Amino acid sequence: MELHVNNATFEVDVEPEMPLLWVIRDILNLKGTKFACGIAQCGACTVHIDGEPVRSCSYPVSAAEGKLITTIEGLSENASHPVQQAWVKHQVPQCGYCQSGQIMAAVSLLNKKPQPTDADINAAMTNICRCGTYKRMREAIHDVAGSTAEFYQAQVVTERGEQS
Amino acid sequence: MNKPNTNLSRRKFLISSTAISGGFALGLQIPGANAQQESQSNAINIWVEIHEDDSVIIKYARTEMGQGSLTSAPQLVADDLDADWNQVSIEYVDVNEHIRNDRAWGDMVTVGSQTIRRSQDYLRQAGASARAMLVAAAAQAWDVPAEEITVANGDISHEASGRHSGFGAFAALAATMPVPETVSLKDPADWHIIGQPFPRVDIPASVDGSQIYGVDAELPGMVYAAVAQCPVFGGTVRSFDASTARERRGIMDIFTIDDGLALVVVADNWWRAKQALDQVNIDWDTKGNETVSNETILEFFRENLDAADGAPMPNNAGDADVAIADADQVLTADYYTPYLSHSPMEPMGATVHIQEDRVDVWTSTQAPVASLTSVATALGIPAEDVYLHRVQAGGGFGRRGGSTDYTRQAALVAQTLPTGTPVKLLWTREEDMQHDFYRPLAMYRIKAGLDADGKIQGWRARVASGSILNQMRGVPLNNGFDGISCEGFTRLPYQIEDQFQDFRQCATHVPLGFWRTVGWSQTPFAREQFIDELAVAAGEDPYHFRLKHMAEDELSRHILEQVANAVGWDEAPAEGRFRGIATTEPYGSFTAAVVELSVNDAGVINIHRVIQGINPGYVVNPDNVRAQLEGATVWAISAAMWGEITIEEGRVQESNFHNYRLMRLAEMPVMETVLAPTGGFWGGVGEPGQAPILPALCNAIYAATGTRVRSLPLQQHGFTLA
Repeated sequence: MELHVNNATFEVDVEPEMPLLWVIRDILNLKGTKFACGIAQCGACTVHIDGEPVRSCSYPVSAAEGKLITTIEGLSENASHPVQQAWVKHQVPQCGYCQSGQIMAAVSLLNKKPQPTDADINAAMTNICRCGTYKRMREAIHDVAGSTAEFYQAQVVTERGEQS
Repeated sequence: MNKPNTNLSRRKFLISSTAISGGFALGLQIPGANAQQESQSNAINIWVEIHEDDSVIIKYARTEMGQGSLTSAPQLVADDLDADWNQVSIEYVDVNEHIRNDRAWGDMVTVGSQTIRRSQDYLRQAGASARAMLVAAAAQAWDVPAEEITVANGDISHEASGRHSGFGAFAALAATMPVPETVSLKDPADWHIIGQPFPRVDIPASVDGSQIYGVDAELPGMVYAAVAQCPVFGGTVRSFDASTARERRGIMDIFTIDDGLALVVVADNWWRAKQALDQVNIDWDTKGNETVSNETILEFFRENLDAADGAPMPNNAGDADVAIADADQVLTADYYTPYLSHSPMEPMGATVHIQEDRVDVWTSTQAPVASLTSVATALGIPAEDVYLHRVQAGGGFGRRGGSTDYTRQAALVAQTLPTGTPVKLLWTREEDMQHDFYRPLAMYRIKAGLDADGKIQGWRARVASGSILNQMRGVPLNNGFDGISCEGFTRLPYQIEDQFQDFRQCATHVPLGFWRTVGWSQTPFAREQFIDELAVAAGEDPYHFRLKHMAEDELSRHILEQVANAVGWDEAPAEGRFRGIATTEPYGSFTAAVVELSVNDAGVINIHRVIQGINPGYVVNPDNVRAQLEGATVWAISAAMWGEITIEEGRVQESNFHNYRLMRLAEMPVMETVLAPTGGFWGGVGEPGQAPILPALCNAIYAATGTRVRSLPLQQHGFTLA
């Protein structure tokens, strides 16, 4: 089966029902995507499939075939994505274990809604953080929306032909 | 390395310096680091290295798991060194080297909010000693008196001659200078690194996926193990049928370890191992504990609340019964706090690689020495041959401190496999939630009187709880008394002349462990709500009722006042909003909180604000302290709303985050933090924030609804969170 991950193509020989998470972690050896609950409750395993956030622990690899998979490692060069930079600026992570998934969820939100309301953030940011970094996540997302709205609008216009 | 230049005359710490290539390193011997022998060996335990390129390397012995001390502990060294923070880099102390050097780095555990308060004195002395030796070297080289030399931000200068230099130029010469017999530590007023909100050094790796945790170890030829333990604690595998499981793709071996305590499936991929494990038919010997349920446990605890005699607490005074008998009013209330699971986001796991001459281990741990030793013990080899690789922990909260169960398992699995095969053992979330070492279940009964002036007259309290130290480690109780269970009662901030409090141990088969904030995570729920109940009975405002009983406890009064002032307590909240307040004294710090909320007719709680204050004596990194308070509040609200581990047929009912709910972002209230350091002492930060939140929340719920919640979680009382 052929997988397109972070702009590279991989040929993997796995069971079609194997969750994408385990292909990413144990076969492609990309460790930034995390296992925490295994039942799509916490979102530590969030990746993008064709730009949409997906909890890869409960997503069969066969469903990802032919699609564009982006993991935290493929989000940017040198952690330069505005969301990553805002996460550092606001000192969001504590233990950090859930943060790959949180960042992927936040990027997806901002791609769709460059200037999200608090209600938008509440609806999109449903991943669990046991350390409780939620206050700073919200602040970081608002910061990105305020300072880089143009970046997002340009991207959304390019990708979707419209501003959602 | 050259022979160490050792100074034996220091009073507190033996400090030694060593020349390293082009620079020097400074170590110190920590009293009690090696409990076995009063060793005065020349073991080098380097805490700070100064290199000829001006770089400063500060060693960090404990673990980073989100609490921030990988950054804040080195701030202590750098400040008394007068370094520029930008020239500092931080490296973990190697655990094997520590073992081979008489455990010279002292305490490596990350528990009890201790990192700063238990190491601040020797870390600051290390920095100050290194600074003094650099100054001595500069004085010699420039031929000027040392007293005329100043150091600031990594720059050594002599004003009169206009000379100045970085550290590197004098590092080699400094190594030949005598270690100063005494150094004076800086006055807090002169701190320029302590007290600064420097960004945490580990955060960049947490935003691009490059942070390595225990479960991320990957080695060539690695195999993967999934594990099942008996759902009833203490049970073992009687027999198992793995015929179907063995047929599955990638399965390499299926066996039991540790006399049947766990069944293990080894495969070429963890998911395959776990899928196969689900296919193994296991007959468990539950050893009689299958009859234990929450009902039987609660009945047992209630009997202990009612029982006549308990182990008295050390602070008993006067005659509580006489005082209560003479009181104007008497109140009694019982409180219940359930078992709770740690549930750090990173599941339990360890990678072990056994080779002919060494064993390598990767695991997230709060107790690296205990983890290393557990592998050595499991394999029957010297600890000196085990190499534990330091990694960030994906949350600890106490789960990875007291117990090394999963590390032992990984070692036993590796031992069963052909030598040289690295194996990663990983638990599922379900395994973690159902085989935790739980926050003890506890019941509290408090009885007190009020005199005609609304002053507390006589106080009795009974604590019925399991003892973590006794159950986990077999530590004998001191005449039946367990101090950890009674934290919060053994030093009341309220001046009550006549008090009698006691403890009864209630041991069940449920394993117990240190859960963030430990006794302080639950005793304030009872104590600080009961104080509120007394205030209500006295017809007084709960804040001012507290203050009037705190005349002799200046620091408790101070933090309570700081938080009340920040809230504007004496001005009523907006229409429909209600407040609760509480104060606590955990881990050498003082914390207080106000929760402001509204509750609608359907029992939906809307938390509008949480104001959380701390006085930890000194604040090393203010932004990190605020982050800890924010996180501790989330932690406490999760426990208050939904947290309960329940037992049926001897086993835990909850299994994953769908039935052990944790707070999510949408539920995060507006949060304000008040840092109110008074100086004069060093308190903890990681845990104290949680302590006042539960009672402040429940006191606010009472104010809003008239319902006094004496048992947790709140969802059992029909409350939900907006």
